[in-house]
Amino acid sequence: MEDNLILDAAERYFKGEMSPEEKVYFEEVRKNNTEVDLLVVEHSMFLNQLDAYGQTRDFKHQLHEIHKELLTNGEISEDIDIKPTGKVVILWHKYKKVTAIAASIAGFTAILISSLISFFSPGNNKDILLLNRKIDQVMHNVKLQDNKINVVLASNSKVPANEVATKGGSSFLINGKGYLATNAHVVEGASTIIVQNNKGQEFKAVIAHIDNLRDLAILKIEDIDFKPLISLPYNIRRTAAELGEPVFTLGFPRDEIVYNEGYMSAKTGYKGDTSTCQIAVSANPGNSGGPVFNRNGEVIGILSKAQSKAEGVVFAIKSRSVYETMDDLKKDDSTYAKIKPTNTGTSMKGMDRVQQIKQIEDCVFMVKSFTR
Amino acid sequence: MQKGIKNNTVKSELTEQELLMGVAKNDQKAIELIYKNNFPVIQSLILSNNGSYDDARDIFQEAMIVLYENAKTESFVLTCQIKTYVYSICKRLWLKKLQYNNRFTTHVESLEETVPVEEDIENQERRNTDFVIMEKALGNLGEPCRGLLEAYYLQKKSMQAIAHSFGYTNAENAKTQKYKCLMRLKKIFFSQYNTGD
Repeated sequence: MEDNLILDAAERYFKGEMSPEEKVYFEEVRKNNTEVDLLVVEHSMFLNQLDAYGQTRDFKHQLHEIHKELLTNGEISEDIDIKPTGKVVILWHKYKKVTAIAASIAGFTAILISSLISFFSPGNNKDILLLNRKIDQVMHNVKLQDNKINVVLASNSKVPANEVATKGGSSFLINGKGYLATNAHVVEGASTIIVQNNKGQEFKAVIAHIDNLRDLAILKIEDIDFKPLISLPYNIRRTAAELGEPVFTLGFPRDEIVYNEGYMSAKTGYKGDTSTCQIAVSANPGNSGGPVFNRNGEVIGILSKAQSKAEGVVFAIKSRSVYETMDDLKKDDSTYAKIKPTNTGTSMKGMDRVQQIKQIEDCVFMVKSFTR
Repeated sequence: MQKGIKNNTVKSELTEQELLMGVAKNDQKAIELIYKNNFPVIQSLILSNNGSYDDARDIFQEAMIVLYENAKTESFVLTCQIKTYVYSICKRLWLKKLQYNNRFTTHVESLEETVPVEEDIENQERRNTDFVIMEKALGNLGEPCRGLLEAYYLQKKSMQAIAHSFGYTNAENAKTQKYKCLMRLKKIFFSQYNTGD
């Protein structure tokens, strides 16, 4: 217990809380007892470390807040026009028209020559046909396999026949106004969609946009019970995660929110698909559409598929696709022009995982699709 | 051309030295001013060199931390404008990141002048490792130890207030618990810190 007293004295000494007599006495003790002196020096160094840590952490937090504020005030913005800097770029801008004309002439000539050749040469269209069929066959196989994978995750075969709920999955808010991202295969063909948060509250939602190619759907909560959030705790990353980066997921494979963790295992997905990535995490039917976070609590992907024959091989759509889908949505319908995915910076950097989940869990929803 | 305009607006409100002092004191206004005057420049630097908006934000905030840490040390003398300093740090950090990711190893295109900042960045890296070790140590500590130490050493709350909010019967008990926690934290921290060197 003596160390206790020495350290307490040392702390008071550095804070300047000691009376002059006490100070003299303490300095005397340090001088005469090397062990005490070492302890005091070590302790002061440690306290400095702790202090530096606290200050840096507060400053980081302050920076995040300022960034958020400036972004909402419009003093800085996410997209800016870059002035061309490289010589090549400048040359390109200068000679764009000329290049375009040259290219179209070249293209025209090429088409003319090839059509002349095909016109005069003896017809052997069989080869081409054959090749076509082969490609068709390959495409068919890919489709079949994709379907198999989809079926593993999407089909909720436990639902009795008299129930109308057909499919289930997960989704997460992409901005505070009630827009959710999920997989297209979770909501495809649904006549009614109900989303449910971790507290069990249910909200009605509609499909704002569905993109079967990317397997992404944007839902909008249309329910008076839903209260819009001012900001989301996480942001959605445009850049892909690195190999080996630890990741975690939240989703609804059952009625309760379920946490899982793993790591990035490949930068491409099933059969080298570059719009998806492979992560090693255990996922079950119902995890589809759930967010994948990196350690800072930023969304890096959307869980979509699992390989049926391999354990822990799960594919996630890269988060960049959310932005691309939103852009498509804006093109389709101008009423969505002002809707933007949140990207104000995560406020969860360096936070304990438990704390991170506490912040995130209210933004992850279960999706239930009903068909008539 | 654009540079001249920007400098004038800064000078009319606060001098460079005042800004730097403001940063050291966590002054919201000063930091905001530096932020909005410099971020767009860094954003276009990073975006035109294979980076994204996220990268720009991370790199810029990292540079702001370097500026902050330096501004706090009394011996630090800024020999150039804040703008130039921040730009130099960002450029260097971004080059490092590109090399680290093996994405691009040639030089980063830039229009602005830069000053040498190698040493500052090396110091920052050391501080970053210390930061991460402390963060991990605190993380491994678990509750209520972590909360207790943070309340006392970081939020500088009084022992009385801590005893009350954590539910200890008196300040003395809280103090004993705080001491035990601190010993544990020190042990975890130094086990990492010494192997790290």
